[in-house]
Amino acid sequence: MAMSIVHRATGIALYVGTLLLVWWLVAAASGPAAYANVQAFTGSIIGRLIVFGYTWALMHHMLSGIRHFVWDLGYGFKANEREALTWGAAIGGIALTVLIWIIAYAIGGGR
Amino acid sequence: MSASDTPKRSMRTPLGRVRSLGAAHSGTSDFWRQRITAVAMTLLMIPVIVVIVMLFGRNQAFAAQTLGSLPIAVIMLLFIVASAWHMKIGMQVVIEDYVHHEKLKLVSIMLNNFFSIAVALASAYAILKLSSGV
Repeated sequence: MAMSIVHRATGIALYVGTLLLVWWLVAAASGPAAYANVQAFTGSIIGRLIVFGYTWALMHHMLSGIRHFVWDLGYGFKANEREALTWGAAIGGIALTVLIWIIAYAIGGGR
Repeated sequence: MSASDTPKRSMRTPLGRVRSLGAAHSGTSDFWRQRITAVAMTLLMIPVIVVIVMLFGRNQAFAAQTLGSLPIAVIMLLFIVASAWHMKIGMQVVIEDYVHHEKLKLVSIMLNNFFSIAVALASAYAILKLSSGV
């Protein structure tokens, strides 16, 4: 029940957050000065929080969406299966987010 | 369906006319497209994340070169189209669920379309500009 509204809330957050992605891509196409502005923002504390939160929203929404997809196909309706899918999506979303950022900081260039 | 050939009298019952159309009055096509775009994005997620992680902390020249390379540009374009379409449908579902005032609902759905298309075109234009090297 609660996970259903989180799926929706993360979807809305991702919707609004596409503005950041558009800004990033347009800046990359515009030139070094515009790109430096994006990096100044995403490198700030608030920017890092937003990008980290955006990653979590994306990972959670994807895994939670896969859970809904399994149900659309008619599987996973037993009580224990529902529990497993729900906890799998909730924990998996956090785990993938942390993993991505560990990798990003470990191998990502320049920072 | 040519149920509207005889607008005054129809053999179809009122229930038959609205059955399976749902709250959006448009049937299941959006439901299906939402799933297609979801599966597409799930498949594209790993390459897209690899690209973004690669670009993390790098300068504009490297970002422009990477995003403009043919395979990555195609992956990004596919992801942009799928996500804009998916979020347009998703937000429309949310609007239809919560906005009950009919005119406000229509305006919201229209703005949702404008926003989603603007996001898609701006992002796609940036990718195309980078890959054509203009």
